[in-house]
Amino acid sequence: MRSTAHQNAPSAQVEAAPVVRLQQVGFHHGKTQALLDVSLDLPAGCMVGLIGPDGVGKSTLLSLISGVQVMQAGRIEVLGGDIASRPHRDRICPRIAYMPQGLGKNLYSTLSVTENVDFFARLFGQNREERQARIADLLQRTGLAPFPDRPAGKLSGGMKQKLGLCCALVHDPDLLILDEPTTGVDPLSRRQFWELIDDIRRDRPGMSVVVATAYMEEAERFDWLVAMDGGRILATGTPAELLARTGTDNLDAAFIALLPEARRKGHAQLVIPPRDARGSGEDVAIEAENLTMRFGGFTAVDNVSFRIRKGEIFGFLGSNGCGKTTTMKMLTGLLAASEGTASLFGSPVDPKDIDVRRRIGYMSQAFSLYSELTVRQNLDLHARLFRMAPDAIPARIDQMLARFGLVEVVDSLPDALPLGIRQRLSLAVAMIHAPDILILDEPTSGVDPVARDSFWQILADLSRKDGVTIFVSTHFMNEAELCDRISLMHAGKVLVSDTPAAIVKARSAQTLEEAFIAYLEEATGTAATAPAVTGAPDPQPRAEPPPAGRAAPFDLRRMFAYTQRETLELRRDPIRATLAILGSVILMFVIGYGINLDVNNLTFAVLDRDDTTLSRDYALQIAGSRYFIEMAPIRDYEDLDRRMRSGELSLAIEIPPGFGRDVERGRGAAQVAAWIDAAMPTRAETVQGYVEGIHAAWLQQKARLLYGDAATQGSFQLALRYRYNPGVESLVAMVPAVIPLLLMMIPAMLAALSVVREKELGSIINFYATPVTRLEFLLGKQIPYVVLAMANFAMLVAFAVFIFQVPLTGSFPTLGLAALIYVIAATGMGLLISSFIRSQIAAIFATTLITLIPAVQYSGMIDPVSSLQGAGAVIGQIYPTSYFVTISRGTFSKGLAFGDLIGSFVPLLCAVPVLLGLGTLFLKKQAG
Amino acid sequence: MRLANVLHLGIKELRGLLRDPVMLILIVYSFTLSIYTASTATPESLNHAAIAVVDEDQSPVSSRIITAFSPPYFVVPKLVTQQEMDRRMDAGLDTFVLDIPPDFQRDLLAGRSPTIQLNIDATRMTQAFTGGSYVQSIVSGEVSEFLDGYRGASSNQVDLVLRARFNQQLDKGWFGGVNEVIQAVTMLSIILTGAALIREREHGTIEHLLAMPVTPTEIMLGKVWSMGLVVLLATIFSLIVVVQGWLAIPIQGSLTLFLLAAVLQLFATTCMGIFLATVAGSMPQFGLLMMLILLPLQVLSGGMTPRESMPQIIQDIMLAAPNTHFVILAQSVLFRGAGLSVVWPQLLALVLIGTVLFIFSLRRFRKFLR
Repeated sequence: MRSTAHQNAPSAQVEAAPVVRLQQVGFHHGKTQALLDVSLDLPAGCMVGLIGPDGVGKSTLLSLISGVQVMQAGRIEVLGGDIASRPHRDRICPRIAYMPQGLGKNLYSTLSVTENVDFFARLFGQNREERQARIADLLQRTGLAPFPDRPAGKLSGGMKQKLGLCCALVHDPDLLILDEPTTGVDPLSRRQFWELIDDIRRDRPGMSVVVATAYMEEAERFDWLVAMDGGRILATGTPAELLARTGTDNLDAAFIALLPEARRKGHAQLVIPPRDARGSGEDVAIEAENLTMRFGGFTAVDNVSFRIRKGEIFGFLGSNGCGKTTTMKMLTGLLAASEGTASLFGSPVDPKDIDVRRRIGYMSQAFSLYSELTVRQNLDLHARLFRMAPDAIPARIDQMLARFGLVEVVDSLPDALPLGIRQRLSLAVAMIHAPDILILDEPTSGVDPVARDSFWQILADLSRKDGVTIFVSTHFMNEAELCDRISLMHAGKVLVSDTPAAIVKARSAQTLEEAFIAYLEEATGTAATAPAVTGAPDPQPRAEPPPAGRAAPFDLRRMFAYTQRETLELRRDPIRATLAILGSVILMFVIGYGINLDVNNLTFAVLDRDDTTLSRDYALQIAGSRYFIEMAPIRDYEDLDRRMRSGELSLAIEIPPGFGRDVERGRGAAQVAAWIDAAMPTRAETVQGYVEGIHAAWLQQKARLLYGDAATQGSFQLALRYRYNPGVESLVAMVPAVIPLLLMMIPAMLAALSVVREKELGSIINFYATPVTRLEFLLGKQIPYVVLAMANFAMLVAFAVFIFQVPLTGSFPTLGLAALIYVIAATGMGLLISSFIRSQIAAIFATTLITLIPAVQYSGMIDPVSSLQGAGAVIGQIYPTSYFVTISRGTFSKGLAFGDLIGSFVPLLCAVPVLLGLGTLFLKKQAG
Repeated sequence: MRLANVLHLGIKELRGLLRDPVMLILIVYSFTLSIYTASTATPESLNHAAIAVVDEDQSPVSSRIITAFSPPYFVVPKLVTQQEMDRRMDAGLDTFVLDIPPDFQRDLLAGRSPTIQLNIDATRMTQAFTGGSYVQSIVSGEVSEFLDGYRGASSNQVDLVLRARFNQQLDKGWFGGVNEVIQAVTMLSIILTGAALIREREHGTIEHLLAMPVTPTEIMLGKVWSMGLVVLLATIFSLIVVVQGWLAIPIQGSLTLFLLAAVLQLFATTCMGIFLATVAGSMPQFGLLMMLILLPLQVLSGGMTPRESMPQIIQDIMLAAPNTHFVILAQSVLFRGAGLSVVWPQLLALVLIGTVLFIFSLRRFRKFLR
């Protein structure tokens, strides 16, 4: 009865005017041709499915239709206009919803369920009451209402996709585009997902839905299908038409039949001979008894038991995150079970005994071989790690190459190979050491049906001919049907273990999927509750949203949506938050103490060969200075040499014999020798200056004693006035210049990362697919970082005044105002940098280079801008840091106020609109 | 633990590195061009210092003084008035302003010992000190030349003979170049090992490795030796070809002794790289963490400014960092030609720190693999 409920729900009539019209559309990613001259009309008001394996161009096509991707060739009309035209895109954007491929791809994993939906609602300019009503309604319908505060990252795959759907539907779109929304989701959630779509279509009959899917059985319930392969359209029509045209009884077979002759070459109907029940077949290869695995308070695997016989193909069927991978890791000894035992061929698996692993071949989920090694190098590395005899390796590799059809690609890098061949390579690697047991974790996801059949043919051979026991996990029902026996797994529990036929029979179901759903409903007790709202009347008739969602060219609500989201995300990312809050203080501490230009505590010792009152007086003169610390006297030249080489002495003074006598007699011959350690030349220069000064002072003192004051009278006096920093202290000089440096580098980097992160994680798609404008996006992201930078500024000033004891002599409000303008410019600079850069690590390097070098070298921190020449001088004159350094030093050390510094405020103020303007100009509103 | 596994895992790392153009460029750049620039571009402490003169005398001697200031040490002096002087110094336009009083020449010749005022912007430490003494000696020289023959120079009866050891010319390029090699050793060893681990994690290959008969210790050691070797070879190349050849910087002590220390330093820093990678989890986080870790390591280890000028507590804390010992040792060996008898305490400290870091990182790495 349930199945009929959703079959008749959508009104399946195909209307005349197409919702999307494609004309000769072509697209390529680099050298790869993703779409080739595609022309097609998609009917409006119904559910259109795109079918085909991974990499045939489905996702590219959907992203072009949604306007997220820049067009390359051809023309696409969506909702009655050219999608390449920006005004049209702006107009129809609020009528389209796009949910990209990947579980929770457009969600923010640290944000809660409500926060995620709320963010999207704000982007579509909804006010508070409307948002609350819609969110409550959507969460209720999708069954997410009980977990409003759970972070999206902690939801199961099915729940993530439902949440993604909530986010897509929050603005009542007319065209809903879903890219593989149910891949990797358990069958019950999948069914609930489609029921949800049917339910929503019943409310909004005019809505068109375009879906890409990898599950053929799912596609059978769509109104109209487009079969794709290699960037081309194979066929279009209703499911019934496609089946009739190919004379097949299921879409999988129909798809293979539609493939061009060349692609079908070598494909034979997959036949797995029944397992030969000879006596040896009863040996138990793998046995699990009450296996349990807990991570903290979370039970990933709960009391799982099964027994697999030698040579059997055993399937583990379940959704992403149900505990399949964890169970496999316990079987291989990668994880020690919290409770229960796993045994292989009768002996228990001991995680400490790594020799167990030599009997197992393991192929992990997704492709995980070394992409920087060639096919042969990968095989060779694994053979060696499995301790095969070195002279046997080449022969074994050749054998594997031949068996798995890899001879032609032996020197290629894996990234250059098609997915199907890479999967065979993974299998070859897993088989290199001829294991008795193969453990395969979702080996065929995304592989086209032909390659998948040939992969399973190899598995069948291994099992039937070589007696290899195969343990395979999958979320495809049709693969599960190929296994000798399967276990259905959900939320860490095994629901049932038996042959596929017996399971179907036990539930008196039509298909394995239905049987699985029946077991799931029994296990979770959701049968009656989850989709219960289906068809329930809306408590309040939903007002149609004002169709002009983009009346305002600049909308504060959309801008603050980004501000709020950015703040929440930052608060929940420990490393970024530390950098943002403490980074500048840590670095100021390091620089303040590390780049210290005061040279003091210098060690020196004397080699006194005279040893008279006068020579001791000379030594005392040096020891008495605040710069030097006297060490034990030097005994002889060898001692001097040794102690200087070890770095113990920075200065050695040698006073020759007869020194006292010579000085007393006033002979010009007396000499003092000073050796200075010049390994660090800047320090040596300073030491040299100190020694000369002390020497001169000593001479003057002696002269005064001998000849009276007249002798000291010079021809003229030079009065030195050290202004602004009378003590000539390094910290007073450095700190006011370090604050501008840190307030440039860190805010710029955080702002750049905030945008580039979205590009890398894929959530930038929400910027492309929603009506938010470029300026709203940038300003919205900038605000939290400006606030943070101002907090940093306050901390830095407090640190300078209270810890470093650098007095703030001028006007603090002036400094604060300048800091505000300056950090707006600094974050603006980060945003500008982000528009050119795609990866976060490049953003870190680039921002460091672009901010650090001009700020340190050309902004007056060390050499004043006025002493720079050439390009350095030009950079110094336009870089905002120059002006903030002047203001910072002026207010800190020179006691200045706003009136004195107005000349430096003007250029600082000019920088803000220039940087923001350029950032807005270069930011793209589409991928391309 | 099987050494063969460690060997093969290390070879795998080397092959991977060979196909990573960005890292290769970074290594080549850090050990060649970057060292060359650090050595040749180390600025003299006084370079185009901004100076202005308030000439209230307008006499032959005052114009003589003014023309004595010239590039490259000073810019050509600007003539300003006393009112302008304060404004210009407030705005940071001039670092030095020399104020020659009215009737300076007359008073000078009359033996009334007039006073010239030199205003120095002491917020510019780098120029203030050295520049001050330069100005002083230039003015004295000009004045005494002017007065030449007028009054005999008084002779000092005690000479001070200054000898700079280990770098007679006080050539800053020597220090800059060798110091850059030391910094590159630390930076690259941490980045290479850390990135190698994070790359495995991001590609999911680490899980794959664990399903094979290899232990975490083998995996970690494989990365440590291979990445350490790369940096060690680059260091040897750079010391012999770039430092001694291209830059013609003489190296005093035993290269072998230095390389032995480099091996110990690499052991410690590669372990640190593994540790940071387990904390960070992703490349971008690793990048941010590097900023907070690498900068203190380099700045506070005594490689940039003398350790003894830092507060005692920082000196003590930094004794726990391998860099501190490596920098002390490198300066002793490379510049002062010290031998084993002098630097053994640093070697011992490096061994200790390396061992502790290894044990600590291995523990952390094992946990990370769970």
